[in-house]
Amino acid sequence: MPPQLLEAPPSATPRQLAPYSYADLPALLTLQTGDEKHTASSTSTLDVLWVLYDRILRIDPADPRARWRDRFLLSKGHGPMAYYAVLAAKGFFPVEWLPTFAQYDSPLGLHPDRTLVPGVEISSGSLGHGLPLGTGVALALRAQRNLAPRVICLLGDAELDEGSNHEAIAAIPRLDLDRVTAVVVDNQSSSLAWPGGIATRFSNEGWSAVTIDGRDHAAIEAAFAANQPGRPHAVVAVVEQKS
Amino acid sequence: MSRKSRSMRNRFVQVASDALDANPRVAVVLADISTDRFVANGAVARHPDRIINVGIREQLMVSAAAGMALEGMRPIAHSFAPFLVERAFEQVKLDFSHQGVGGILVSAGASYDTPGYGRTHQGMGDVALLATLPGWRITIPGHADEVEEALVEAIKSDEPVYIRLSDQVNAGPVSSGPGLATVRAGSPGAVTVIAVGPMLDPVMEALSGSDATILYTSTVRPFDGPGLRAAVRCPKVVLVEPYLEGTSAGEVSSALSDRAHRLLSIGVPRGEHRHYGTPAEHAQAYGLDAPGLRRRIASWLGPYT
Repeated sequence: MPPQLLEAPPSATPRQLAPYSYADLPALLTLQTGDEKHTASSTSTLDVLWVLYDRILRIDPADPRARWRDRFLLSKGHGPMAYYAVLAAKGFFPVEWLPTFAQYDSPLGLHPDRTLVPGVEISSGSLGHGLPLGTGVALALRAQRNLAPRVICLLGDAELDEGSNHEAIAAIPRLDLDRVTAVVVDNQSSSLAWPGGIATRFSNEGWSAVTIDGRDHAAIEAAFAANQPGRPHAVVAVVEQKS
Repeated sequence: MSRKSRSMRNRFVQVASDALDANPRVAVVLADISTDRFVANGAVARHPDRIINVGIREQLMVSAAAGMALEGMRPIAHSFAPFLVERAFEQVKLDFSHQGVGGILVSAGASYDTPGYGRTHQGMGDVALLATLPGWRITIPGHADEVEEALVEAIKSDEPVYIRLSDQVNAGPVSSGPGLATVRAGSPGAVTVIAVGPMLDPVMEALSGSDATILYTSTVRPFDGPGLRAAVRCPKVVLVEPYLEGTSAGEVSSALSDRAHRLLSIGVPRGEHRHYGTPAEHAQAYGLDAPGLRRRIASWLGPYT
């Protein structure tokens, strides 16, 4: 069955609506942390997140639960400042929320909560939950014949240590869930590392997989566009090593 | 659908399969266990997109079911109790409760249903563990008809529900709904005995000829505290549960917190139970058969009555 749209996609892309640009992200990070310099763990995902929300994801910040939207699941919920900065930049919530980061009554915690933050698809923090949840999201979209949305899940290379991910990596191709894309931001922080590379963990299980520079916006955009019908897709986005 | 099965597990398969036919929100997620039964009755062939077998991957089973709930479906995840609840407990805690979505967990192989398999397949702690989470409806059917009633109601709702199937069954169903039902009324001074699920028949046999009020419930969370307060006239209460001893003792104590009372909790004792054999032998070893229950209740009542 070919993909079908349940409703019309938005006439305006998020890029046209966005009040902030990529150049504004450092200032939006500073609003949260108070620091002018940002740690590697808070910025490793920044470029991938920006390219996703700026160029790839079909999602309307004014209607972030629309059925036609692409589902983006941030599995690596640790270090969410870049995620919050991008969501605020794209208008999912006011930038005035950013200085409340991690305060008692703030919607913005050290790990994101889907019930508190518009645009956040899953509450994360404990590692290894996003891709298994995304498996179910993709199963449900197929059962509901809502076949156009992509399900894109962001993980970290150290997060891949969790065995639950490998249950999903093996099962997703066997269940023919070709609308799933996994993106692994690789800052070489896995204690026991992945000899032979991360991409092979996916390609051995039947995924298409590419490894790219996780700071190169054109390469990131091309990698997400390279998903093929019939296979789930993995993007390994390599960034500088976590110090 | 063929004649209604008296096996809880087969009745579950029948009712879930009917629900798949009738309700497009329903999905069943499996980790091999019971898949053969959904194949044999044709449900998998009719609903290949809504009966999902992920293989022997219980973490994924629970998470994928929760992911389907995020998209508005009503998933049923099913396996043996130790693997569904204990192995995948963080998935239950975070992917259902913390995401703020409901779903239905249906276990088989309760407590010592399959004792030949040993400790790895015993699941005495499932109810206590799930009871640490907010908002779960926890149902312990005593009969296949109660399984059907619980599952049909669970499918209608959006709440998180656990239904615990067992091979230990009562001879007949009790239609108590979610609350306590009075099965037998004793005199005003008689002890009140709460029998949970499959413990009803052994309790009735143990107390035949004794003066006791016998209450029954198949729903232990939420616990029917108001029903207990209304039923208890004498401040002596016995709670008999087919899993870890004392699992619902706190619920009884809370319901009676403003009344002087005595509570005897009976269930499966904590321990590494390194024995095989039959369920009847395990019930006898733990004092959960009728003679054991009679001895324990009589000895507890003895000095004070």
